[in-house]
Parts: sequence; C-alpha cells; structure tokens
Amino acid sequence: MTLLNVDAIDVYYGDFQALYGITLNVKQGETLAIIGANGAGKSTLMKAVAGLMTPASGSITFNGSDVTKLPSYKRVPMGIALTPEGRRIFPSLTVEENLLVGGYSKRTGPWNLASIYDAFPLVADRKDRVGLNLSGGEQQAVAIGRALMSNPDLLLLDEVSLGLAPVVVEQIYAAMPKITNAGTTVLLVEQDVNQALKIADRVQCMLEGRTVLEGTAQSLTRDQIASAYFGI
Amino acid sequence: MGWLNAVVQGVLLGGLYALLAAGLSLMFGVMRIVNLAHGVLAVVAAYMGYFLVDKLHWSAFLTLIVVIPAMAGIGYVLQLGLLNPALGRGGLAPILVTFGLAVVITNLLQQFFSADTHSIQTGTIATDSIHITDDISIGVFSLLTFVVGVVVIAGLQMYLSRTRGGRAMRATSDDKDAAQLMGIDNKRIYAKATAIALGIVGLAGVFLGMRTQFSPTAGDATLIFAFEAVIIGGLGSLWGTLIGGMVLGVAQAVGAQINPAYGILIGNLVFLAILAFRPTGLLQKAVNS
Repeated sequence: MTLLNVDAIDVYYGDFQALYGITLNVKQGETLAIIGANGAGKSTLMKAVAGLMTPASGSITFNGSDVTKLPSYKRVPMGIALTPEGRRIFPSLTVEENLLVGGYSKRTGPWNLASIYDAFPLVADRKDRVGLNLSGGEQQAVAIGRALMSNPDLLLLDEVSLGLAPVVVEQIYAAMPKITNAGTTVLLVEQDVNQALKIADRVQCMLEGRTVLEGTAQSLTRDQIASAYFGI
Repeated sequence: MGWLNAVVQGVLLGGLYALLAAGLSLMFGVMRIVNLAHGVLAVVAAYMGYFLVDKLHWSAFLTLIVVIPAMAGIGYVLQLGLLNPALGRGGLAPILVTFGLAVVITNLLQQFFSADTHSIQTGTIATDSIHITDDISIGVFSLLTFVVGVVVIAGLQMYLSRTRGGRAMRATSDDKDAAQLMGIDNKRIYAKATAIALGIVGLAGVFLGMRTQFSPTAGDATLIFAFEAVIIGGLGSLWGTLIGGMVLGVAQAVGAQINPAYGILIGNLVFLAILAFRPTGLLQKAVNS
C-alpha cells in the first residue's frame, strides 16, 4: 500500500525553480533514500513533504488524503515528522523537554520517553542538558528522538550524517533498524551513498531538481549511481 | 522616620511594577514584540474596574472576574487580528502597530471618560495597615499587591516550565519553524501568550486604579515603569522582572525619602545606571534575535 505519493511537483524559491516535476512513491513500511549532490533539491523535496514549502504545481497525497497545501503543523497529527536539516534543536530547552515538545501532537504508538532513551543511550545520558550545550552528534540523536516522539507513520530524515564524525554517524545509523522494525516508514535524504545503500530498500537519485535514477538498493551498480550522481 | 521604611514600601511597590511588567516581559520573550500599548491597556483595565464599581456598584475586587477574562479576550483577538499580520514584516511593524493602538485607545478613553482623573473605590482596605515597629507600618493593600505580584510571576514561571502549553510556548520562542514541525501552530501560541499577558495587565490595571488616581494619559508613565522593571531585571527573565520591579520601587521610595519630588527621577537614574553598567539586566539571560 502506498503511504506517500508525490506527483509531479514543481517547487520554487522566488524565481528560482528547485524541483522539476518530481514524482515519488513510498510504500508502507519501506525505506526510500534520496541521494544526490549539493543543490540537487533533496532538502527542498523534504520541505515540501513536511509542509514547510508549498509546490506551485503537482500534488502530495499522504495516507489517501491530499496534503499539498496543508501547513506543517497540521501534517504532524496526520503522522508526518521531519528531522530538519541543521537539526533545529530548541536551544533553551533541555533534551527531555525537546523530546516532550516532539510529542506535542499526542499521537500514541511505540515511542515514548522510555523507549527513546532505550534506543538512544546517548540521548538518555544527556536528558537534563539544554540543547545549546549539545555536540552535533547528540543534537542529531535528539532530533531523531524528538521526531519519533510524535509516533509518525512517515519519518523524514534530512542529511543525518552532515557534519558528523564517521563514528557518530555509525552510532546513529545503528539505531535505524529499531525504527524500521517498529513499522515506521522512512524517507531519508543522504549524501553519503554507502550509508544510504546500507539501510534503504530503494534509492532515488536526484540531479538539479529532477530524478535521474531509481531502483532497489541491490539492483543499482556503483557505476550507475556515480554517473547519475554527477550527471556524467 | 526612616530609610528602612522607605525600602520596605519600595519593595512592596515593586510588586505592582512587576505585575505591570510581567505581560510586557512575556510578549517580548515569546514573540520579540515590544508592546507600546501595554501601559494604556493597563489603564483600559483600570477604567473597566472604575466603570463596574462607580456605575454598577460592584465591589472593587469582584471586578477582576470580569476584567481579567475581558482583557485576555482582547489580547487573543488583538494578536490574531492585528499583531500576527504585522509579524514577519520587519521588526518595526509590530512596534508601529502597538504605538498606533496606544494613541487610538488613549483618545477613545478621553472621548468616553473625559480627561478627568478617576480612581477605583476600595473602601477601608486602602487605609488599613499592619503596625510592625514605631517606624514601619505596612499597608494591607500594598502587601496584597506585592503578594499577588509574586504569585503571578511564580505561577507564570511554573506554567512555562512545567506544562505542555508552556513548553510549546518556549519552543516557539526558540525556533518557530521547528516548533511547527512538532505540530505546534505558532499563531495560536502567540494568541495564547498575548491573552495571558493582557489577562495579567487586566489584574495589574485594576490594582493600579485602586492604588492611585488615573487619567486616559496615565498609560505613558505606566509603560515606562513597566519597561524599566523589565530592563533592570533582564529581558526575557520573569524572576528578573520581579527583581527589576523591586529595584525600581525601592529607588523611587528612597528617592522620595530624600526629597518628595525626587522619587521618579531617582528611579529613572537607577534605570539609566543599569543600562550603562549592566545592559543585560541583573538576571541576565541571553536574548537571541
């Protein structure tokens, strides 16, 4: 069953067109990775799905309802949660308060403070620290935990590995099976192709606002990905 | 007749200033809105109280059950109708809107209530006092105002730090776009914050009207005292606002002890000294723009 259907959306920043008729489908329970170089439009796509940007044309359907024009705060109660680029942890709130705010929409499910602390020991250790005083890796773990607190049907992960040490990236990706095993559908954006291929069921590669390659993670060869990634 | 008495009276007066300033502090803290209509809105509340007491013969404290919800309602509508549209059009827009509002309201008050001074009659509580020593006696009403001020600040602080709604308000203050990604409608949160702020203004305005005489233009001085309390205490810190109110109250009372004409002057000088030497206020809290 299709959980998310993005149908031929165009998205603009003022006069600059960032997405050209992007289409994608995410099935219930699968993990789809969007890969591509800087400026390919990956984060813009995530913003459109989360409701931070409105497409000029095309439509976004989630769980059977048209959400194209809904603001982000109305999409969260429907089950869409985004860990934004740059993490956007609330700096004056403690880690635990950040998580509690993540649960603002009161959706129920497998995720609560206890299960988040269980899945992310790093977060549990820091629960009384304010957001301002977290390292990048800690912030990223809290941002994922905070998004999970809304018990989303669809979790959007934007550039999880960006700016983090490889060892920290490993730690964070180690928690991914716990998320997908709980039945959560994941759409992630990643520049690190190896990480993306490791956890994704399917991969879609973007270049300058268009889809240039898509397929299951196993079926794509490295050469195919490399040429799609760089547009050669 | 002593300095100690002046200090005690000043601290108690600080409770009223803190009450007047709490809403200003909250609105700035949550939305970065500087509400220049804050003082005149307190005067509006005083006139509401005056109207109910003088024309409808209510008892002074009973008016609070009408004035507070009425002011909160005005705050909610004001935010949704006027201030939310002004936000996001540059830092100057909300200031100009509240400035214009202050001018309009002041003139409307003059139209309806004339420029004469009025006060809210409270009966014997205005003059009752508790004898402490030969030098010091505390007015029951002053003490009540102080206690209410402390309770309101403590209650607001509890709300912000312990409740779901309060956390959402702080999160919105930190990063409104990220807050929306948590399912928080920041426009509603703003409306709620302004409703709370004006509810407190309602309470403060009625107490102001019970304490002193007021006229439609009394909002200016009220705004300045509230501002001074907020700045002395430190922007965005509620406990700081309480301390700022007390510092201002003590400065004014001690100044008046030196010479009855110096009270407000000394208050302003202390405020300027704080601005010059400790511009972040006594309880400093980083304000991110």
